Amino acid sequence: MLLIQCPYCGERPEPEFVYGGQAHIARPAHPASTSLEEWTDYLYRRDNTRGVHAERWRHTHGCGRFFNALRDTGTDRFLATYRVGERPPEPADARS
Amino acid sequence: MTPFSALSLLRMGLRGQRGWQPQWRSPDPKSYYDAIIVGGGGHGLGTAYYLAREHGITNVAVLEKSWIGGGNTGRNTTIIRSNYLFAESAALYDHALKLWEGLSQALNYNLMFSQRGVLMLAHTVHDMQVSQRHVHANRAAGVDNEWLSPAEAHAFCPPLKIDDIRYPVLGAALQRRGGTARHDAVAWGYARGADALGVDIIENCEVTGIRLGPSGAVEGVDTTRGPIRTQRLGVVAAGHSSVILRMAGVRLPLESYPLQALVSEPVKPVFPCVVMSNTIHAYISQSDKGELVIGAGTDAYTSYTQRGALHIPSHALEAICELFPMFRRLRMLRNWGGIVDVSPDRSPIIGRTPVPGLYVNCGWGTGGFKATPGSAHLFAWTMAHDEPHPINAPFTLERFRDGTLIDEAAAAAVAH
Repeated sequence: MLLIQCPYCGERPEPEFVYGGQAHIARPAHPASTSLEEWTDYLYRRDNTRGVHAERWRHTHGCGRFFNALRDTGTDRFLATYRVGERPPEPADARS
Repeated sequence: MTPFSALSLLRMGLRGQRGWQPQWRSPDPKSYYDAIIVGGGGHGLGTAYYLAREHGITNVAVLEKSWIGGGNTGRNTTIIRSNYLFAESAALYDHALKLWEGLSQALNYNLMFSQRGVLMLAHTVHDMQVSQRHVHANRAAGVDNEWLSPAEAHAFCPPLKIDDIRYPVLGAALQRRGGTARHDAVAWGYARGADALGVDIIENCEVTGIRLGPSGAVEGVDTTRGPIRTQRLGVVAAGHSSVILRMAGVRLPLESYPLQALVSEPVKPVFPCVVMSNTIHAYISQSDKGELVIGAGTDAYTSYTQRGALHIPSHALEAICELFPMFRRLRMLRNWGGIVDVSPDRSPIIGRTPVPGLYVNCGWGTGGFKATPGSAHLFAWTMAHDEPHPINAPFTLERFRDGTLIDEAAAAAVAH
């Protein structure tokens, strides 16, 4: 079970959280002029990275807030968690 | 390759089982192949076998980064069924089931294929409606599936408790042609068959890059055992498909999750069939060794670690103990995870990619084992003809762009 550092509540066990998939995916700003390829990227294609992955979590059974995390999908180790709207820290600077 | 027969088994038995030969070679990679398959699981080895046997393409290599059958082929719960909702899926999985029915004979290898029946439980009114819709859709598509009352379900599977539980059993869908097979034997049987037809099975050979020519077409791969040239590259790498395809600049609509399973200590034959419950999420069968084979769910997050958290199998065990109280004192022996590549509509992707000469067979998610022979057969066809077989034609990569999804995600809920 993962221990996850909620930026608002501190370290809590994984069942308190809901996973929200890859982070920093912006909805196309101008839907009418967005191509099919761009829609497919937005809706379906994912990096599915093996390594450091920026992803969303929601502390559903705590503060209820969304936040982002950097996690190594090769080890499941969290490198950092950060608030929505913040830029992801560089993995080298991230707290281990 | 020495064919197996009752006589050869008897002869070797009398000689103390000494004298068996390796069932496939362990060659060094050549510098060029007419086709290369990345991934030595059941689907990949089967693809090589059918390329050689049905399409006459015998200069083929299967590249496996570790040992064959050590990934999801050796990590699934060995369940086989074809009762999918949509006509496209039912055709795909029933193609596989028909191949399963003659596969031990075709490969001269005992896959321990056992059509003991797959019973899928309904616990709520919604389950009843969905299950009966499945039964009717399957029957219309020519796939066997029948509806059982709770008493009939209990008679078919006596250990099943149907009432006085949190979610009483209100009925069940039964596919009698469904069942189990020994998963390792599937990899070994295909490996042996492919090797005999000239296919090179190269283990401990990880692909580290895909070489593209000036026109953008595949020219070969870089591996930990050196570069190998080919014009035809088929990637069947399950959870790692995204990682491999990225080497050719293709981004896939996949996410890789750990899926866990576990087995109990072996006991005498006590469990006659396969039972699945989507609503309380449990599935269970008994292996020929006597272990109860139990499938748990996927972990919540993407990962490549081949392990997950304990609360996932513990949830599955709670459901098992509720449905089968006689297992409450059974001890669990082993628990493991496999990395499954889940597509947005929970249907596989079998076909060409935007890169000429590069083919992909992925997205089998939590339910690829049952499809092994069909998937391999159709993928071999696709690679040999450079176009999909009519059965896998709907399962393209382009369906996500074109909006022609085959949405088994909504149809199957969880267990696949």
